[in-house]
Amino acid sequence: MKRREFITLSTTSFGGLLVYTLAREPIRLNAQEAKIQVPLRFFTAKEAQVIAAACDRIFPSDDSGPGAKDAGVIVYIDRQLAGPYGRDRYRYTKGPFVESSPEHGYQGKANPQEIYHDGIQQLGPDFADLDAAKQDERLRSIETTMFFRMLRVHTIEGIFSDPMHGGNANLIGWQLIGYPGPLMSYRDAIGKFNGQPWRRKPMGLEQVLGRPVKGWEEEAG
Amino acid sequence: MADLEHVDVVIVGGGWTGLLMAKEITSRTSLSVLVLERGGPVRNKAEYAAGMDELDYEIRLRMMQNIADETVTHRLAGRDRAVPVRQYGSFHPGTGVGGSGEHWSAVATRFLPEEFILATHLREKYGSAKLPENLAVQDWGFTYDELEPNYWRAEQMMGVSGKAGNLRGTLIEGGNIHEGPRSHEFPNPPHPMTYMPSLFRNAAADLGYHPFPIPSATLSQAYRNPDGVLRPGCQYCGYCSHYGCMVGAKAQPSTTLLPLLTKRKNFTLRTGCSVRRLIHSNGKAVGVSYIDGSGKEITQPADAIVLASWTINNVRLLLLSKIGDPYDPVAGQGTLGKNLTHQVGQTVQLFLDKPLNNFMGSGGLGMAVGNFAGDPPDSAASSGVFRGGTIQANAGGQGPISSFGRVPQGEVRSNWGSEWKKAALNWHDKEAEIISRDMHFAYRQNYMDLDPTYTDRYGDPLLRLTLDWTDHERRQAEMLAKVELSLAKAMGAKGVRSIEVIGSHYSAAAYQGTHIQGGVIMGDSPDQSVVNPWLQHWHMPNLWIVGGSCFPQNEATPTLTILAVTYRAADAFVDRYLKRPGALA
Repeated sequence: MKRREFITLSTTSFGGLLVYTLAREPIRLNAQEAKIQVPLRFFTAKEAQVIAAACDRIFPSDDSGPGAKDAGVIVYIDRQLAGPYGRDRYRYTKGPFVESSPEHGYQGKANPQEIYHDGIQQLGPDFADLDAAKQDERLRSIETTMFFRMLRVHTIEGIFSDPMHGGNANLIGWQLIGYPGPLMSYRDAIGKFNGQPWRRKPMGLEQVLGRPVKGWEEEAG
Repeated sequence: MADLEHVDVVIVGGGWTGLLMAKEITSRTSLSVLVLERGGPVRNKAEYAAGMDELDYEIRLRMMQNIADETVTHRLAGRDRAVPVRQYGSFHPGTGVGGSGEHWSAVATRFLPEEFILATHLREKYGSAKLPENLAVQDWGFTYDELEPNYWRAEQMMGVSGKAGNLRGTLIEGGNIHEGPRSHEFPNPPHPMTYMPSLFRNAAADLGYHPFPIPSATLSQAYRNPDGVLRPGCQYCGYCSHYGCMVGAKAQPSTTLLPLLTKRKNFTLRTGCSVRRLIHSNGKAVGVSYIDGSGKEITQPADAIVLASWTINNVRLLLLSKIGDPYDPVAGQGTLGKNLTHQVGQTVQLFLDKPLNNFMGSGGLGMAVGNFAGDPPDSAASSGVFRGGTIQANAGGQGPISSFGRVPQGEVRSNWGSEWKKAALNWHDKEAEIISRDMHFAYRQNYMDLDPTYTDRYGDPLLRLTLDWTDHERRQAEMLAKVELSLAKAMGAKGVRSIEVIGSHYSAAAYQGTHIQGGVIMGDSPDQSVVNPWLQHWHMPNLWIVGGSCFPQNEATPTLTILAVTYRAADAFVDRYLKRPGALA
């Protein structure tokens, strides 16, 4: 059996100690420094640090608000890659594989797991230790690759998807954009609030339903 | 191989058309009807509530057929080598009981009267010489007026919400005054309008157009249809397109037809059954062969077959079963597979200075203008546009992932990093889209046949699409983009971004809509069509083929028309064919 690997995240950055008011103003609560260890399903700890660092350059924690690091995007990507999606269970993978035009979408043989392994090589094992300017330089040099396009999309997914998928920790992504979550009814609000924001404290799907819900990535396949 | 007991009618596919045929036949006759659905069993509202998850449903496409098992190949022209569509792009076909009718957005527009006689109409209006090269549009074999009562039946069954603009010839402002005459006002009033479509409505009126609420098959209020099925009004949760409705307000086969069918003793539904061949001998269909959920190959004998899977699979099953003459575009012979159409569209994103609460809404909630649908203004015709499209602004409910990251053209240099993030946060929830849904003409060179290289999970050849845009579609998009930009400006847009839906070539990678038509087209002559105007196979009278595959060309959003035509087919089957089995005259 594979040795269990963990990524260590700081709770001051990982998740919800940064909160938002309904007017979308950030408040940073005085948090106690603590570390939590999240078990990894696909990446090694070293690989996870590389990807986490890259995600945080794509969607940085900066003065416009929290970023990929705060939302725990690395946990999201790790789970997606470990699940059926990462192994291309939902893509047509019969050969022959031939090059084609962009109108035919991705035609390669490599699945997302393989694309990430290759991408980590391109970023370099020292990526997490570089300064931000150097990291940006390396990312710019691979901007047109399938790996980068995937990484960018997965970063956004990890920030804004339902927390059951491992990212959007403490709904930080939804707080950032004022998204209330999958609420069951806006019947009283529809057609009103013209040009005015309708904001509520966000809720994830499990909170809305009051019962556990499993993401597709948890299914064997 | 196991042989099962004979049934009177076997229906291939448990979506809108298959279940509608089943409902009409089982409620009006005592025939035994078996529906074979290759996907899973019906999902209930609690399961749909647990599916209010953008990642799994809108991005990973959890309700769709698993493309790993079966896809199509595509090439732009007959001289090219086709490649498989490896991940979903331009269309998203559903699976399981209800099919794509479960995850549709419920836009329920009628086609214009000229559509049904399009070849005649264009020839008379413009003369053949002026029309695009290789145009293959055909008349349907019946008129709008003949279909109108069936449009009304479909609208009542679903409880369409809207406002009539042409009631028996009287034009009514506030509805679509460009549409064909309706015999009745809509069964339900329009949805309440949200901010963004209201801005569109005002802008359209200021520019002299005639805005109207988009007809929506999601209920604006509680409604009991003539079949006695009661459904509640929409809650505007925004989880519509790509999702099943968690309250049952959206018309779906599972909430409108299945409740009636499950009460019928002469109705059976088998799921997990993939039909691979229609079996026939001496010009007569005798049954189907399928693989069941456990992988067993089964033969199901039947007196009549209704083929009611999606367009792609209707065409493919007929080709695999060697029923009919495959179309050959070079020789100009054969009919099966010809007149492949999709849908033309053009999108402009606009950025406003106020929050829009884009997460609220309903798939068919919005405003539209019909001024550019049908025959375009004379100036457009002189520049080579012969049919246009409907322009609309929907508040369909936007998810936080797919709506994030849009910024006005030229505002930032990169699509990642701090500068982009700041701009994306600034514009989030202030972005809207004006889209168009346009006529797609049929051409001789766009068609379907079997791929020589790629196969499905059982080793059967995939269907191959040969499809590209012509200058006509590019000109349509150009004409509509201009109007959309002027509407965006009149709405007070602070920035815009044109989205190239119609690029220089057809893209199998960019989402358009699950509206693929043709291949098993209807018409009034067996030389030009596969089925007659009642959807009965010209050469095999006990085989009926329903769905968008029967459209000679596509005007726009097809579902309501598909259902109206299916009602017409069901009437012909029950009232005429069963009384005198044989080819309908």
